[in-house]
Amino acid sequence: MPNKSKLQNLSGLAHIVGVAESNKLGKVPEKSPLIHHSEAAINALDDGGFKLADVDALFTAGWSTLDVAEYLGIHPRYTDSTSVGGSSFVIHVAHALAAIAAGYCEVALITHGQSGRSDRAPILRNPGTPMAQYEAPYGIIGPPVSYGMAARRYMHEYGEDRTRQAMAEIAVSTRKWANLNPMAYFYDKPATFDDYHNSKWVAWPFHLLDCCLVTDAGAAIVITTPERARDAKNGSVTILGAGEGHDHSGISQMPNLTKAFGLHTGPQALEMAGITHSDLDLAMIYDSFTYTVLVSIENLGFCDPGEGPDFIASQRIAPGGDFPVNTNGGGLSYTHPGMYGIFTIVEAVRQLRGQAGERQLDNCDLAVAHGTGGLLSSTGTVVLGVQ
Amino acid sequence: MENTTSKPQPISQPESDRYWAGLKNEEIWLQRSVTTGEFQFYPRNFPISDPENGIEGIEWVKVSGEAELFTFAIVYAAPHMGFAGDVPYITALVRLKEGVIIPTNIVGVEPQPQALSIGMLLKPVYEHSEGRQTLLKFTPA
Repeated sequence: MPNKSKLQNLSGLAHIVGVAESNKLGKVPEKSPLIHHSEAAINALDDGGFKLADVDALFTAGWSTLDVAEYLGIHPRYTDSTSVGGSSFVIHVAHALAAIAAGYCEVALITHGQSGRSDRAPILRNPGTPMAQYEAPYGIIGPPVSYGMAARRYMHEYGEDRTRQAMAEIAVSTRKWANLNPMAYFYDKPATFDDYHNSKWVAWPFHLLDCCLVTDAGAAIVITTPERARDAKNGSVTILGAGEGHDHSGISQMPNLTKAFGLHTGPQALEMAGITHSDLDLAMIYDSFTYTVLVSIENLGFCDPGEGPDFIASQRIAPGGDFPVNTNGGGLSYTHPGMYGIFTIVEAVRQLRGQAGERQLDNCDLAVAHGTGGLLSSTGTVVLGVQ
Repeated sequence: MENTTSKPQPISQPESDRYWAGLKNEEIWLQRSVTTGEFQFYPRNFPISDPENGIEGIEWVKVSGEAELFTFAIVYAAPHMGFAGDVPYITALVRLKEGVIIPTNIVGVEPQPQALSIGMLLKPVYEHSEGRQTLLKFTPA
């Protein structure tokens, strides 16, 4: 089990000094996934005042670090291709903290690039996995079906109408944030509760507006030692706490359909950071679906199981609400190329550094970023702060 | 969406050959731990409730297929070209009397939320097709 006192000693021993997206997000058929990786890498390094030649550690998911490092022309001395779904990049932040503190490296680069909408190369899946053997033949393929079955079980346990209302609240709130973010896919397009309820079914219980976007995008993060972070061009953010883990791959093997692994990673990350829920100013929660936000808020311990619908009611998580969630517009309305987790960190860093433009929160000093990957399979939670 | 128009087929593995062979004969064979009595799905080369016992700790048991609906979704947007002609179709997790949860489809009911209720009793339906594994689906009992 995680060693609490060692983790508390690790808290704060690395800083995020650069974050960025690739140059264009959304529908970008003229760029490959590796173009998104490289643009984001250069942009994030520049944000921190670093060069590609400074990088001595590479982290990525979806791709092997072998391919990404080769394309970038770098020779890392620490390498990590941990790929457990869209949460991977949040987990990479924790791994970078540990690697830097241990002395393996000084300048860690996490990259992401994915053309979920326009990729010319098909995604190949291993037909030998249990998921391929027992789920796929029944059309249990892809996230909407699996997350939808989990959401239907939640409705059974905690009430269908209030779950539906919560999902609508999350869709509408998140869109309001996107309307404040010029990089968001739906920046110019508001959405009402009626739009939510009238949108077509993708996989009942999910409407289209319950589901994340499918876009082309990249992002990158640069992490370094507290010493080198002092020279960061645009300020730095301290990595205070982290937790990671997973408890299944296919949805039919999930131990409890209404409780994801954030139940463990959330409390671990907060305890390592030495904070409580009420200290947090921002929650960036991977929103593959509206339901993912609802269940994650409970898993992280902001409220008890089944109380999520009451906790987020009345646009509490929207601009102007007292519990801001997904201020970039989220995977639902900003961008979601397939493995979105890195963007939760990018936005948390911008808010903490006071660089979030029109959507900037007042007094944002502590944020939690929470990634969920696979089919509610893996989670990574990170607590970030500024002094 | 993947490009192939044929549905993905189960590729039986050494640890699951007996399960798929059973379905061909319209029989459901599950693994049970000889020490804990706990059933498991999917088949493995050891009991997950008593892992150190290895293959010796496993017995195969033929079960009736009586089940209840644990949860479901109704798929409108086909996630794979092979299912484009099937939408809307019902995916489900069902809980067998023995306690294990199995991924499947519910057939023989309208693909409408009101036609399905969590906990409803189900019985097995075997879907055979030439040259392929038999699929285990369920319908209201």
